[in-house]
Amino acid sequence: MSFQFTEENEKKFADILSRYPNKRAAMLPTLHLAQEQNGFISEEIEAFVAQRLEVPIVDVREVLSFYTLYFRKPMGRHHIRLCMSIACWIRNCDEIKAYLEQKLGVPSGSVTEDGNYSWEAVPDCLGACELAPMLQFDKYFEGNLTREKIDELLDGIQNGHKS
Amino acid sequence: MPIKKIVSEFFGNEDARRLDWRIQRGGYEAARKALRTMSPEQVIEEVTTSNLRGLGGAGFPTGRKWSFIPKDTDKPKYLTVNADEAEPGTFKDRYILEWDPHRLIEGVIICCYAVGIHKAYVYIRGEYVRPYERLQQAVDEAYEAGILGPKVLGEDFSLDLYVHRGAGAYICGEETGLLESLEGKKGWPRLKPPFPAVVGLFGCPTVINNVETLSHLPKIIENGGQWFADLGCERNGGTRLFALSGNVKKPGVYELPLGTPLRELIYEHGGGIQDDRALKAIIPGGASSAVLTADEVDISLDFDSLAKAGSMLGSGAVIAMHEGICMVKALHNIEHFFAHESCGQCTPCREGTGWVYKTLSRIVAGHGRMEDLHALRIHSRNMTGTSICALCDGAAMPLGSFVRKFEHEFEYYIKYKRSYVEARSETVSI
Repeated sequence: MSFQFTEENEKKFADILSRYPNKRAAMLPTLHLAQEQNGFISEEIEAFVAQRLEVPIVDVREVLSFYTLYFRKPMGRHHIRLCMSIACWIRNCDEIKAYLEQKLGVPSGSVTEDGNYSWEAVPDCLGACELAPMLQFDKYFEGNLTREKIDELLDGIQNGHKS
Repeated sequence: MPIKKIVSEFFGNEDARRLDWRIQRGGYEAARKALRTMSPEQVIEEVTTSNLRGLGGAGFPTGRKWSFIPKDTDKPKYLTVNADEAEPGTFKDRYILEWDPHRLIEGVIICCYAVGIHKAYVYIRGEYVRPYERLQQAVDEAYEAGILGPKVLGEDFSLDLYVHRGAGAYICGEETGLLESLEGKKGWPRLKPPFPAVVGLFGCPTVINNVETLSHLPKIIENGGQWFADLGCERNGGTRLFALSGNVKKPGVYELPLGTPLRELIYEHGGGIQDDRALKAIIPGGASSAVLTADEVDISLDFDSLAKAGSMLGSGAVIAMHEGICMVKALHNIEHFFAHESCGQCTPCREGTGWVYKTLSRIVAGHGRMEDLHALRIHSRNMTGTSICALCDGAAMPLGSFVRKFEHEFEYYIKYKRSYVEARSETVSI
C-alpha cells in the first residue's frame, strides 16, 4: 500500500501549505511531518512528497541529502545525538562517546540489534554548551553527562521509566 | 551598580512564557506604544539612535539594515527571524525562545510595524525542539488573544507569524542560505548583491534579524533609543547575552553591557577557571573567531575592540580553555566542524576545509610533516575572502590564529608525534 498522510496529518499538511506563497517552500515542514508519521523518509515517501508539492523527485532527494535531520533508513526506537563540538570536546565528550559505544555495542551511525536505539556522534554543535558534555535523546537535551548519567538514561528507558 | 538585565530579565522563571503573566508585567505595552503613538519612521529613528547592532554575529547596525528596504515597492515585504543558532559555543537565543518567547514576538511586531511588513517567519534550527514547542505555544496564544492576526493589538495593522523548522545545517544560519532553505531548497548561500533587503525571500524585500536583536526592541521603544545607547559603549549600544562555556566554573548565559572586559566575564561571572588552573586561550565569538591568548584577556567585549585585535565578537559565544587543553587537537576539532558543514558550493571552502581537516588529522595521528604547517598557513590565506559566504573565512580565522599564536605546540606535535600538553602533564605528575 502506498504512503498516505493520516487524516490528522492531512489537515496539518493543508495548514503548512497555507503559510507559504508557493508549494515548494513547504518542503522542510512536509518532510518533518512525513518523518514524524513514518520514522524515516523512504523512496516511496520521496515520490509522495514530490507529487504533493508538485516538484520533481530529484528536488526532494537533493534536500534530503543536504540536511542531517532526515533519516533515509529506519532508526532505533530512540535516537541519540551526542554533541562532539568544541565546547563539549573541552569537557571530555570523547570519553562519553567511548562509553556510549561500549554500552550500546554498535558504532556511531548505527542501530542496536534489538532496534531500541540508534545513535550518532555529531560534529555540529547542538547549542547547549553550558550543559557540556551533552546529547539529544529523541527530542530533548540531556547534559552534564557522566557514565552514571548515561546508565541512568538508558537503563531507565529499558525499565520503562521514560517514554 | 547592579547590571541591567533586559532580555534575560525573566530567564529561569517558569511563568514568564505564559501570556497572562507577561501582560501583567508590561508585555506588549511597547508594541502598543509604537502602533498607537509613533510613526514607522519614529520607530526606526529610535532604533538607529539606540546603536543596536545585529547580535547574530555580524554586528550590523539594525536601524540601518531596516533603512535599506525600499519604501515604494508593490511587492510584499518579509521579516525572517534567524533562530538557526548553530555557531559552536552559542546557546543564547535558546534561552530567549525557551524562557521569554513573548518578548521575541513583541520585537517582531515592532520591527514589522516600522518596516511595513505583514508576514514574518521564524527559522528555528531543527534540533531545538523544546524552544520550538515553547515558541509555537506562545504564537498560538498571541493569535488567540488578537495580538497577532488581522488586527494586531486591536489596531489597524495585520501581521502573520509562522515558525519554520530547519533540518540540521549550519549554513542555514547564513542569511541567504536561510532564505534558500525557507524556500524549500538546500541552503546554498546567494551571491550578493542583490542584498536581501531588495531581493530576499521569494524574490521580495526582506529583513533578516537575529532573535536577540529583535528581543531588545520592546525596551528600546519603552525607554528610548538614547537610554539603550548609554548602557553600552561608543557605537555599541546596550547589553547583550554572552554564552560562556569551556573550562569555566560556571558556564551559562550572562547579559552584560557591551564593553565589559573579557576578564570580568570569565573570572567574576563565570567564577574563574575549572580547578583554578591557568587560563590558556579564549575563543571570543564562536568557533569562527580568531583565538585569543590568556595575555589578551583584558580586552573590551565590543564589536570594534575585538575587530581591532584581529578577531570578532561574533555571536557572543565565549569559550575558555585552560592549560590542560591541547591547541592542536582543539583546532582539529574546530576544523572537523567546518569541513562537515561546508555546503560545497565554492571551491576554496569545499576543498580547503577538507584539506585542512585531513592535514590536522594527520598531525594528530603522529604522521605530520613540518611542511604541513606552511601548507596550513597558505590555506588560511587562500580561504579568506574567496567564497560567496563567510563560512570559509570562519574556518580560516581559527586556523590562522591557532597556528600563529601556538606555533610551538604544532611544531612539538609534529616533531615528537605527541601533544605538548600531554607530554608536559606526564612530566609534571612524576
